Amino acid sequence: MFVSYKWLQEYVDLTGITAKQLADRITKAGIEVESVEVRNKGVQGVVIGHVLEREQHPNADKLSKCLVDIGEGEPVQIICGAPNVAKGQKVAVAKVGAVLPGNFKIKRAKLRGEESNGMICSLQELGVESKLVPKEYADGIFVFPSDAPVGADALELLYLDDEVLELSLTPNRADCLSMIGVAYEVAAILGRSVKLPTIELHENNENVHDYISVRVDAQEDNPLYAGRIVKNVKIGPSPLWMQARLMAAGIRPHNNVVDITNYILLEYGQPLHAFDYDRLGSNEIVVRRAKKGETIVTLDDVERTLTEEHLVITNGKEPVALAGVMGGANSEVCDETVNVFIEAAYFNGATIRQAVKDHGLRSESSTRFEKGIDPARTKEALDRAAALMAEYAGGEVVGGVVEANTLQLKDVVVTITLDRINRVLGTTITKEEVAGILTNLQFTFTEDNGTFTITVPSRRRDIAIEEDIIEEVARLYGYDHLPATLPIGEANPGKLTPYQAKRRKVRRYLEDAGLFQAITYSLTNEAKATMFALETAEPIRLALPMSEERSVLRQSLVPHLLEAASYNRARQVENVALYEIGSVYLANGENELPNEKERLAGVLTGVWHAHLWQGEKKAVDFYVVKGILDGLFALLGLENRVEYKQAKREHLHPGRTAEILLDHKTIGFVGQLHPNVQKQFDLKETYVFELDLEALLNVEVDDIRYTAIPRFPSITRDIALVVDEHVVAGELQKAIIEAGGELLKDVSIFDVYKGDRLPEGKKSIAFSLRYYDPERTLTDEEVTNVHEQVIKAVEQQFGATLRG
Amino acid sequence: MKERLQQLQQEALEKIEQANDLKALNDVRVAYLGKKGPITEVLRGMGALSPEERPIMGALVNDVREAIQQALEAKQATLEQAEVEKKLAAEAIDVTLPGRPIRRGNHHPLTRVIEEIEDLFIGMGYTIAEGPEVEQDYYNFEALNLPKGHPARDMQDSFYITEEILLRTHTSPVQARTMEKHQGRGPVKIICPGKVYRRDNDDATHSHQFTQIEGLVVDENIRMSDLKGTLREFARKMFGEDRDIRFRPSFFPFTEPSVEVDVSCFNCGGHGCNVCKGTGWIEILGAGMVHPNVLEMAGFDSKKYTGFAFGMGPERIAMLKYGIDDIRHFYQNDLRFLQQFNRV
Repeated sequence: MFVSYKWLQEYVDLTGITAKQLADRITKAGIEVESVEVRNKGVQGVVIGHVLEREQHPNADKLSKCLVDIGEGEPVQIICGAPNVAKGQKVAVAKVGAVLPGNFKIKRAKLRGEESNGMICSLQELGVESKLVPKEYADGIFVFPSDAPVGADALELLYLDDEVLELSLTPNRADCLSMIGVAYEVAAILGRSVKLPTIELHENNENVHDYISVRVDAQEDNPLYAGRIVKNVKIGPSPLWMQARLMAAGIRPHNNVVDITNYILLEYGQPLHAFDYDRLGSNEIVVRRAKKGETIVTLDDVERTLTEEHLVITNGKEPVALAGVMGGANSEVCDETVNVFIEAAYFNGATIRQAVKDHGLRSESSTRFEKGIDPARTKEALDRAAALMAEYAGGEVVGGVVEANTLQLKDVVVTITLDRINRVLGTTITKEEVAGILTNLQFTFTEDNGTFTITVPSRRRDIAIEEDIIEEVARLYGYDHLPATLPIGEANPGKLTPYQAKRRKVRRYLEDAGLFQAITYSLTNEAKATMFALETAEPIRLALPMSEERSVLRQSLVPHLLEAASYNRARQVENVALYEIGSVYLANGENELPNEKERLAGVLTGVWHAHLWQGEKKAVDFYVVKGILDGLFALLGLENRVEYKQAKREHLHPGRTAEILLDHKTIGFVGQLHPNVQKQFDLKETYVFELDLEALLNVEVDDIRYTAIPRFPSITRDIALVVDEHVVAGELQKAIIEAGGELLKDVSIFDVYKGDRLPEGKKSIAFSLRYYDPERTLTDEEVTNVHEQVIKAVEQQFGATLRG
Repeated sequence: MKERLQQLQQEALEKIEQANDLKALNDVRVAYLGKKGPITEVLRGMGALSPEERPIMGALVNDVREAIQQALEAKQATLEQAEVEKKLAAEAIDVTLPGRPIRRGNHHPLTRVIEEIEDLFIGMGYTIAEGPEVEQDYYNFEALNLPKGHPARDMQDSFYITEEILLRTHTSPVQARTMEKHQGRGPVKIICPGKVYRRDNDDATHSHQFTQIEGLVVDENIRMSDLKGTLREFARKMFGEDRDIRFRPSFFPFTEPSVEVDVSCFNCGGHGCNVCKGTGWIEILGAGMVHPNVLEMAGFDSKKYTGFAFGMGPERIAMLKYGIDDIRHFYQNDLRFLQQFNRV
């Protein structure tokens, strides 16, 4: 809402307060003033001139030579390029020495040999935005009314000496979508009174019912419809002050009738519509829901197809307006209009919102209906419009109002105690202070022993309950006066849940292990949604996606991590190690919330470790990633409960992929990207993993129990076992541990060999076994006994032989 | 004999002096103190001396041996030291060459901000509540005093999946769910961090996915002044001890009264700069007293219980704190961006 500071003074005395100060006060009290626009863009020395003579410039077709009276001394000669300049006009003249926007100084000049002592200005040249200039003056100079006083300051007449406050209104303050509403707010803030416009309505002795009747068939959509007839209007420009105020408020002037409806819309917040009575096509107005497929051509010359969800104003047969949004072209007021039917109605916001949405058509009117107008002022606004049309369009107001009124206006009464106000706010405001604030708001109230009974005026539709009153008191009392305290009451210790605490440790571990935390989007496309997923479900699609790329909820974190790796690689960041913790979404069926499961995933590619001058360089490989995961499982106390199983999974290298099992249940995978997928994402050799984080973090783990530090020496024996090449180390190791019994404490692999020195199809794996008894020193013999059992076991189970 | 001994001592000391390495020194030792050395020989000749002379001469021999021995030891220590120094000199390295790098990743900047905020509120007795990102319309809107048909819940602004299910547009549904779980009994003291979604085109200042942190306290006798005190405490811990806050009246459907909360500019201290656009204040939070409808819908008696709620955007805080100019950075995962947050 744009509020002209000059115009606002019609309703509230602003003596002693500048526009800037006013803006600060309004902002502090709750409505943000986004900007204060100074309308004068540096213009000086522009006055009203009277064009006494105009003739063709002798040397230029497109120039006129004018003799202009500017109210000082002899009339001056001015050369003017505007096509519409004519003898007898009152125009804006920038005198010699004047300044126009952009610090453009007007000097005495010779144009094609003719002297020019100033410049006749268009509105644009004075700094008015083109979209606000009346259409008839769009390409020429602005012509003032004939009574404009010669020599007067043109800026003042055009309100270009004004300042405009732009209010950013929250949806609850629709009351301030009108000058009167703003005046009430300002009056409350400043503690001053409001002057409402006086309406001098002179009706003739005809009866409006002889001209028109009104019927509303959709009363819920339209509880109040009122109208008046103004006869014998003469379409022409509206008074200059009205045009100037409309332009200040950001509305382009058209003609007197249309300008008056717009002026009332701004003044009262009540949208009006003026129909050409003679073009209505009947003597009745019927308000109803549109029929499916019915059409209307609106004022913007667009044909719109309607549905039963839209409300229309009809002449009993066909629509003449899309209610509350825009009038129809068929009944539009035009230059030939003589008799006007003015509509003032109260439409349901939701109904109007539907039409706005369906037709992508938002207007000053629809905005106000959507947010809610004050129905108690509807008829007053209608009267004021009729009175102005009589005054400024030479019309004659037909006696009476036609209306269909099922509106039930009930006073909103709120009762609240002083104690409650202070208890909620934590303040010690006095009874007198509350009374003062309510008085300034011009709320009617009674007070009895600290209990206030308040009747809320109909313009403040946002106030209905105690808390609303508390807010009014708080904002006008001033939040700066609110003390700062801390809650009193039982203090609970704050802490993370075990899951949250472990999740933080997982993050920190992975970061200390060299991975960076990524956060990627949850929405993806259909193809990527299920790629790599540990569990898959029906894809969950948005009803109205903004793009195909962000239309489905992900079931794995890996695809977007691959995109991130690819994004980096495309920017010459080749070495990437990222992890993400985030949700995947598994459908549970229509209208059920999906299962949201937290996953941990990672992507690693490029060089893992490089210390080049010492000759160290290591690319990421399967075992780098596995090592990181092993560390993670150890961190969580799960190292002995996790297994890796060779696996084949879609999109992964068939020979370099493992499924990860926790307590024999699959909880994730790690593997190298399949070359085809690698290519698809434009990556080099890349490894990925994804784990069910909830399974990892929710599993019960024993608390740490101290075990005695070894007091006796341990004995280490190494063996190299030759086995068939398909035998996997993990199985071999498991067998060794089993056979080694209690005395075998550690088994580690220190060599793997495959090659010329072994028969075809064989490999050798070397293990180091450490034996230890916490109670005593082991003898060589005892160890040998166990060790031989171990060797026997692997011989029997795997056909392993000792490598010579 | 005496002269002979003095001469031997003289000779030996000179040779010790001349010895350049441990081997040469050892040769001197063997030559003079060895069993076949000249001093032993002198000792053997002592039999020819008179009993009076013998102890005198014996003492003299010992003195000479002692002197040579001492000289040998001293020289040995010097030579050994020299040897060590030589070895160390040969072992010198260029300490300016780079060390073996330790690979280290780090938190995403949003996590950094979120964890810092979480910890501040945990310190004030809050717990962290989490909830689903795919939500029922009821918890996302209705339970928060946004009934059906309310303009703020337009299909155009939210990602709906069905008419009743959508991607949550704020973390407030977690508040509604948590209150419901409390079955009308306070106190409730939570903060809710999480991802939220809005139907916005991604650009420098908008992202269809972003994060929020909201806080909620419900108990008997919670006052708006408690909200102010709590947020002032938060602002000071988060942005510096000399920060102040101010409330500006505002509107949210789920709180009444509602306020926007500004923190005095941590860049200029409130004098006005480009971070605070010359105002000295930076808008950080939205807050207010929980609307009685919200309390009642969650099963709390709004006559007995009051509460406050607040919400903020980690993206905005991170952007202000670190001077980040484009919200898309948070979701591109460019390592050149992420790596900048790798220190205290």
